[in-house]
Amino acid sequence: MKTFFVAVAAVAAMSAVAWAEDMKMAVTTSFHNSGLSDILLPAIQEDLGLEVQLLVVGTGQALRLGEAGDVDAILVHSKKAEERFLAAGHGTHRLEIMYNDFVFIGPKADTASVADSANAAQALQQIASTESVFVSRGDDSGTHKKELSLWASAGLDPQSLGDWYRAVGAGMGAALNTASGMDAYIISDRASWLNFGNKGELALLYSGDPVLFNQYAYIPVNPDKHRHVKNDLAMKLENWLVSDRAKDLINTYKINGETLFVFNAK
Amino acid sequence: MSDLWDGLSQAWILLWTLDADLVEITARSLQVTLTALAIASAIALPLGAFLAVRRFRMRRLTIAVLNALMGLPPVVVGLVVYVLLSRAGPFGVLGLLFTPTAMIIAQVIIIVPLIASIAHQALRELWSDYHDLLISLNTSHVQRMSALLWDGRRALLTASLAGFGRAIGEVGAIMIVGGNIDHHTRVLTTAIALETGKGDFALALALGFILIGLAIAVNLAIHWLTRTEQEGRW
Repeated sequence: MKTFFVAVAAVAAMSAVAWAEDMKMAVTTSFHNSGLSDILLPAIQEDLGLEVQLLVVGTGQALRLGEAGDVDAILVHSKKAEERFLAAGHGTHRLEIMYNDFVFIGPKADTASVADSANAAQALQQIASTESVFVSRGDDSGTHKKELSLWASAGLDPQSLGDWYRAVGAGMGAALNTASGMDAYIISDRASWLNFGNKGELALLYSGDPVLFNQYAYIPVNPDKHRHVKNDLAMKLENWLVSDRAKDLINTYKINGETLFVFNAK
Repeated sequence: MSDLWDGLSQAWILLWTLDADLVEITARSLQVTLTALAIASAIALPLGAFLAVRRFRMRRLTIAVLNALMGLPPVVVGLVVYVLLSRAGPFGVLGLLFTPTAMIIAQVIIIVPLIASIAHQALRELWSDYHDLLISLNTSHVQRMSALLWDGRRALLTASLAGFGRAIGEVGAIMIVGGNIDHHTRVLTTAIALETGKGDFALALALGFILIGLAIAVNLAIHWLTRTEQEGRW
């Protein structure tokens, strides 16, 4: 037993000295899958000498990590959940950084003719009326919450939908893999879709309804609740995120010639 | 099927060019799992010998629990370690969550029951052979245990290698407690999960083949090392 503790202490000491200035930030899978983090993180390292360690999780888990004080800041996209998080005093403030949008993905044959729908609600109604297979994230993430609110606005309750509604309880990539395997409809953020490698028979069918806009917000974890939280570094990062340099990098980031994010920090 | 070939060829390319990221995550995989294996063996092998030699009241229950824990779901271990190490948890002040140390702790918990159970099984057979001799020599318990551990070392090696196999391929627990942070806690298995999520099956498979190759290499290395020093004894 003694050797165990000695070894644990030794390894702990080794991993503690390895990093000078670093902070942990929980981000959503959709942000990370977009590839934007691979552009921003090296720039942050270069400008601030700050290493931002990303924990890529769903919005639900990101908020839990912030609540427990296991990360220094979070970058998520689910306004209602964020406001509850702030109301409970877990974060200092909420700062909108940028947005991208959600899109409807489905089989190229488009049996539910989603491509011709006038808005997002109608698209969902068509999927429901034709009972086409639909894959839901089902993991309490920002994308999942968005999807649920869209079903509500279409006047449908996902709980009472039939066998064709399949909640997979997985991240964006895994859910897209499932949809690709079943030729199913799915709602994805545009960035994850463009970067996704296993498209199969799927295609982007519908986008553009303003309700599909997806606002990302940055929330530093409240240092009054967790004294060890590196609030000074979180603020340093915040100042960088609203700077012209970040604006440039975000607005000019493209995949296959398509702009993904629109910077809108004030 | 073409994904498999793509995966194989990509694995060769990654190995041939000694891709920097690949070397880093492979080294981390080895560092985490070998450390966990060393710690777990230091606990589990003496525990196995103890269970073989000593007779005590709760012995049967202990062995049954140990055997049952061999099937411990890694996700549950990960979650428990996460809750304990979280800043909101009892060991939060140590700040160990999302570090390689946390991953080592989780792996130790996962493989100790496995190594201890196999070790106990092997040493029990040996003990029935040695029982009369060691007792008639009036040896102490510690002497009996060390005699068993030394003479049973080949079988114990198998126990440790089984532990290594379970730890190196494990993903559920270290994903939760390590967080799969790039350049910090990303290892082969969590990288495979990540690439699968991105739909890049070829790269995920390539990493998978490298993981299999690594496991074979480590096993071969250990067998080769032990064969050189076992001449003469059973």
